[in-house]
Amino acid sequence: MRAPRENASWIRDLRAGGPVQAEAITDLRGLLLRGLAKSFQARGATDQAFVEDVVQQALVHILDHLDQFQGRSRFTTWAMAIAVRLAMSALRRKRWQDVSLESLTTPIEGAPAWDSDDTTSPAQHAEQHALVETLNRLIDEALTEKQWLALTAELGGMPLEEIARRMGSNVNAVYKLLHDARQRLKHGLATAGYTAEDVRSAFP
Amino acid sequence: MALRPEQAKALIAKVLDTRAQEMTCDECVADLAAFVEVQLTGKPLSAALQAVHAHLEQCHDCADEYHILRQALTALAEEEG
Repeated sequence: MRAPRENASWIRDLRAGGPVQAEAITDLRGLLLRGLAKSFQARGATDQAFVEDVVQQALVHILDHLDQFQGRSRFTTWAMAIAVRLAMSALRRKRWQDVSLESLTTPIEGAPAWDSDDTTSPAQHAEQHALVETLNRLIDEALTEKQWLALTAELGGMPLEEIARRMGSNVNAVYKLLHDARQRLKHGLATAGYTAEDVRSAFP
Repeated sequence: MALRPEQAKALIAKVLDTRAQEMTCDECVADLAAFVEVQLTGKPLSAALQAVHAHLEQCHDCADEYHILRQALTALAEEEG
């Protein structure tokens, strides 16, 4: 049995061409297949054909982007991260393909329904109401329509990648949009006199 | 526009954890492999990897990928014995 390859050996062998490259690809393929299959099996999701398809896509991507490996981790961890990203992207697309942004962002009619919770004291309940009212006012006053859409879609569980797809944007831009929205709300809560401690005690 | 109480609670947690500077998803992905390896060894995080940790607390997409990657590496390590 051969010793595990070091990072430099992986890069060298995957660039070698011929039987050396073919053997390295076979080894990497086997490793990605085993890792992905086990992690997805543990979640009770996906079939072997899906995993094989993702690994094939990952191998193509990895071979095309070997120069982007900077050596900050083991090569195999970097390669597995690429395969995981491709797998999750495909699963997100499939899971959310029939869900529109609008279905997650439709404003609720009338007063929001609060669950009765025996562990919440009347004083705490009043604090929660006041805080949520302030938050809703800040959303109206401080956020743009785009920020509201992205925020409520995210709170509805839609992945950023899918929000970005529906907005004709990309995940980095959507993340920045959401980050700016959170900063505005944080500043607004502080301006309204709420400390982080007040907020945490209202919603422990 | 009004949030449902459960949405408000989730949003408040995210707002409180918001930092002035946060890395983007692409920046997180670039450091995710190194982050997972450090997490698996239990070593302390560098400042750069602490930024990855902060990003994962805000971003479900990247956090999901982190958990799957960690599971995959753990499974392979167990296989190797």
